Amino acid sequence: MTGRMLIIGAGEAGARAAMALRENGFAGTVTIIGDEPHLPYERPPLSKSVLAAESEPAAPFIHTEARLAEQDIAIVHGTEATSIDRAGHTVTTANGAIFPYDRLLLATGAKARRLRLDGAGPDNVLYLRTFREALALRSRLMPGSRLVLIGGGFIGLELAAAARLRGCDVTVIEMAPRLLARAVPADMAARIAARHEAAGVRLILGAGIERIEGDITGHAVLLSDGERVPCDGIIAGIGAVPETELAEAAGLAIENGIKADERLQTSDPDIFAAGDCCSFPLALYGGRRIRLEAWRNAQDQGNHAARSMLGASEPYDAVPWFWSDQYDLTLQIAGLPDEGSETIIRDLGDSSEIRFRLAPDGRLLAASAIGPNGKIAKDIRLAEMMIARRAKPDRGALGDPNVKLKTLFLAPAGQS
Amino acid sequence: MAAPTASQWIDACDRDDIDEEDVIRFDHDGRTFALYRSPDDAYFATDGLCTHEKVHLADGLVMDNIIECPKHNGRFDYRTGEAKGAPVCVNLRTYPVKVEDGRVWIGID
Repeated sequence: MTGRMLIIGAGEAGARAAMALRENGFAGTVTIIGDEPHLPYERPPLSKSVLAAESEPAAPFIHTEARLAEQDIAIVHGTEATSIDRAGHTVTTANGAIFPYDRLLLATGAKARRLRLDGAGPDNVLYLRTFREALALRSRLMPGSRLVLIGGGFIGLELAAAARLRGCDVTVIEMAPRLLARAVPADMAARIAARHEAAGVRLILGAGIERIEGDITGHAVLLSDGERVPCDGIIAGIGAVPETELAEAAGLAIENGIKADERLQTSDPDIFAAGDCCSFPLALYGGRRIRLEAWRNAQDQGNHAARSMLGASEPYDAVPWFWSDQYDLTLQIAGLPDEGSETIIRDLGDSSEIRFRLAPDGRLLAASAIGPNGKIAKDIRLAEMMIARRAKPDRGALGDPNVKLKTLFLAPAGQS
Repeated sequence: MAAPTASQWIDACDRDDIDEEDVIRFDHDGRTFALYRSPDDAYFATDGLCTHEKVHLADGLVMDNIIECPKHNGRFDYRTGEAKGAPVCVNLRTYPVKVEDGRVWIGID
């Protein structure tokens, strides 16, 4: 097939989609437009190894320049797509260039949600979304620096761990009464909280924040209960907002993200969406419409969108999957952990455990695991594959660590 | 791919330390390796870290001659070290393995 494939967004989903177009035999032009000055890079290391690096880290590029050239993938750097002319099938960028397309992929990602508080501004609150921001943050992580992290989600907690490992004095302020309220079972979140406290992080939960004070000479966070938390730096990790402005201005349907169907096609048949910006129905959970901010989802949807752009008709049906590393703890989650009505716990030994969530009919819907040093990964991968095949594993065997999970996975259909 | 060569043989583990169709980590002299046992009871060895983001492969799942990285799902054929597609594009090094008197030996350079 020939023609012009245009991708807006040089993150994981966009970069993967470009390569997948070639892997699927597309011989026409492939162009990626990205507003950052870099080649596409991976984001998971930004809150982990990039911050922890002893010396100035390089951006974790997804593809080398040589690889992109070899695949004849063009990257337009450092300029933003500003409008889509759907009738004319063109995209215009901030520098005035016009790019025609036959099929367009919106992989515009998400941006860090901004802190809306009295006193919060660009001079005293930092965020982490881009490599440039990661470098700026890293320069603040000096031994003895007093940092306040606003938000007890994954970004805030990974940052807290990285900052603590670099010798900073760290306080995490979370409005909810517990950490990771949306994404992680309460017991596991409590264990993560305990690990942070053991490392010397101060957690302030259920907190209200009145305002931010300070300038480059010093900051403080004022809590509703009157406490003033002085610090040298404030970092907000309070979630992300999908980048939908371009799609919205072009008249595409929006629903907590750019609304796509099961093939990742938007309300315009020549425009597709993938990654953090994309809201889509997940057949695994009865067509529940979701949007996922996760590296694997960006990868998988990039691959899938490329095939759909080339005319494939199969639905996107990947199991949501996510991981986080904090200190020596690894957390991995397959499926949507708020699904299901019954929990079965498997003790994996060495302080590792996996929690399975089952539907009333016994179908495995989600699995969450936590443990030191990656020991949980094999079992969560098997759980993920069982979720994908809609397995109804034996409840007793699921909870019995003497029964290898692999034997359940390999059991004949209907019995696994 | 050229057959791996060995300049020294290192006693790594008992043959039953590795379950069938599974992998363990073996560290030696500052290096880390992954040792595999196939369903037909053959043994293999590769470098222990994924060529993509240096994650320990021994934490990953082995199935159908494939080792899958536990973080990013990079896949390799553990018999040949061949990378099986994105996100990995660099093959793993492989090492010769022999089993003698119930012990598994890895040949390293």
